[in-house]
Amino acid sequence: MELLGHLAEGFSTSLSPLNLFIVILGVTAGLFIGAMPGLGSVNGVAIVLPMTFIVPPSSAIILLCAIYYGAMYGGAISSILLGIPGASTAVATTFDGRPMAQQGKAGLALIVAAVASFIGGTISVILFTLFAAPLADVALAFGPAEEFALVLLAFTTFVGLGGDDVLKTIIMICLGLALSTVGLDLISGQPRLIFFDEPGFYSGISFLVLAIGIYGVGEILYTIETSKSAPSVTPARLTFRDLWYGIKEVNKLWKTLSFGSFMGFFVGMLPAAGATPAALMSYGLSKLMSKKPETFGKGNIEGVASPETANNAASTGSLLPMLTLGIPGSPTTALLLGGMVMWGLVPGPMLFIEQPDFVWGLISSLYTANLAAVLVNLALIPLFVWALRMPFTVLCSLVLVLCIVGGFAPSQKMHDVWLIVGFGVVGYLMRKADYPMAPLVLALVLGPLMEKSFRQTLISEQGNVLAFIERPLSATFIALSAVFFLLPLLKYAKRAKRSEGVAGEPAE
Amino acid sequence: MLLADRMIAVFIMVLSVYFMWHAIALPIGWNGMTGGPGGGAFPFWLSAIMFVCAGGVLTRSIRGKSSYSGAGTFFDPETLSWVISVTVALVVTIALMPWAGTYIALPLFMFWYLKIFGKHGWVLTASLCLTTPVFLFFFFEVTLKILLPKGLTEPFFIPLYARFF
Repeated sequence: MELLGHLAEGFSTSLSPLNLFIVILGVTAGLFIGAMPGLGSVNGVAIVLPMTFIVPPSSAIILLCAIYYGAMYGGAISSILLGIPGASTAVATTFDGRPMAQQGKAGLALIVAAVASFIGGTISVILFTLFAAPLADVALAFGPAEEFALVLLAFTTFVGLGGDDVLKTIIMICLGLALSTVGLDLISGQPRLIFFDEPGFYSGISFLVLAIGIYGVGEILYTIETSKSAPSVTPARLTFRDLWYGIKEVNKLWKTLSFGSFMGFFVGMLPAAGATPAALMSYGLSKLMSKKPETFGKGNIEGVASPETANNAASTGSLLPMLTLGIPGSPTTALLLGGMVMWGLVPGPMLFIEQPDFVWGLISSLYTANLAAVLVNLALIPLFVWALRMPFTVLCSLVLVLCIVGGFAPSQKMHDVWLIVGFGVVGYLMRKADYPMAPLVLALVLGPLMEKSFRQTLISEQGNVLAFIERPLSATFIALSAVFFLLPLLKYAKRAKRSEGVAGEPAE
Repeated sequence: MLLADRMIAVFIMVLSVYFMWHAIALPIGWNGMTGGPGGGAFPFWLSAIMFVCAGGVLTRSIRGKSSYSGAGTFFDPETLSWVISVTVALVVTIALMPWAGTYIALPLFMFWYLKIFGKHGWVLTASLCLTTPVFLFFFFEVTLKILLPKGLTEPFFIPLYARFF
């Protein structure tokens, strides 16, 4: 009952005219950003973040979350109309969304995607509401040792579950953490890693600079080469009959959809997993459980609905550890975390005690954002069809201009703008060589927390390293981290053994 | 592809040595007095791990066990020329900003991108080149009170400042 009281109070914040307007603005912007091939929620949040100074901090976070939500819905639009995922999270939507569009059922596919996204979003927001306060209560008992262990756990999930090259993942984590130490030493206050004696490095490297570099400039460079030929937009007609039919069809799928929502929510909480694997898993599972698996990939409605529920649920899921523990579950939430720290709203359990108005306002705004996203999505489909015909060079030039100005605005130093271009080019090259970007951004955001908690623990325990495994919670986290870290080694050993077993035959 | 993979690995190794060289300015070992590592320890040992892993990527690639099959090229010439020209344009624009001012540099960049690189028509190019700076001025300078670099064009903005501030 206490929960409902909090939520009701939250709604009084999120339903204020300013916040309601912001939610609608945010989801609309997010839908457009998500619909543009190449740009997803993380790019949208990185580019828009410097412009959110225009509203008060709590509204700025609501705006960014609304963009995050909108982009998750929007990703499906280009998956269906262009056959190109609008964001990596919508890859699985192309499998059946594109065939449906080619059969002239683009409108129906868009409706199903929007309604399924709404279901996934709603179920996961309810789960979020139920889990948030208890999780924050648990987190209240965390000391620096637990914080360190938890950050370590977040990084090892990338090594164990990330699916990228293990060595390259570790390199990116270490690079991000090393870059986070640039500036002044947290404990002694001495300057360190001041490259070329540039005074600009004294204030450290802002997560925003790295994010705009990689997800703004780097992304554009990356898309320049993938967008050589202009894709053809499938026209979509929308009728009320389709809308009614779509809702009725989705209604029949409640079993797979609720399953997809639950799974998406929990997969989304893991830093290394997130919306893309959640959507792929949900697609695979609904195909497995289907009575007619052969229709998948040929324009099955279920094949559009199940990944869309899961990716929306995962995006909500990734907000949960960010808000309650201060550990982001995805690159986008890492940027939200960085933004909140910038505005003095440090995420974590204390936020629930010190700023309950903000926390519950934000949680309740997820409900309104979800509703706004489905309505705006359905209402503006003709506009999206038109916007997708926009030449790519127009979009690129505008994004690059926003990257330059947005990079300059927070610190008002040209130093940061140069760094953005540097990170953009280097990030683009490294991404081409299969270096994962998400661990780098997460490491830069979590680096200061990791170093601080590590050194605080050791100082308070007079240098006793065993302190990390003497406390039960932190010991559990460390043990889990060790398991994740050893997973790739185990896989490697297994493969080596198997190739020995079939001697003479080449392995794989 | 293999060559690029190796070059990036070598670049990371050089970078980590450079980081380590910077980090040793502060104590990198155990600080017995306060307990716990010194200020340089975190960046130093992380860079050391980075060095070892990049070394691993390099040796793996040389021993031919890379995840890359070696097929395909890292760049095809056309893409490379596009990426380089956009990067050069960005660098020129940013270099121009403190000197000629944001409101000269950014429209020039957009003109280059839309008209020359993107081969769009005059109407589209002109309308975007003119409306973007106006939007930026009202959004950043008037609303957020963030002054963008003006350089030589500063005197032209004084009447505008008087009007809007």
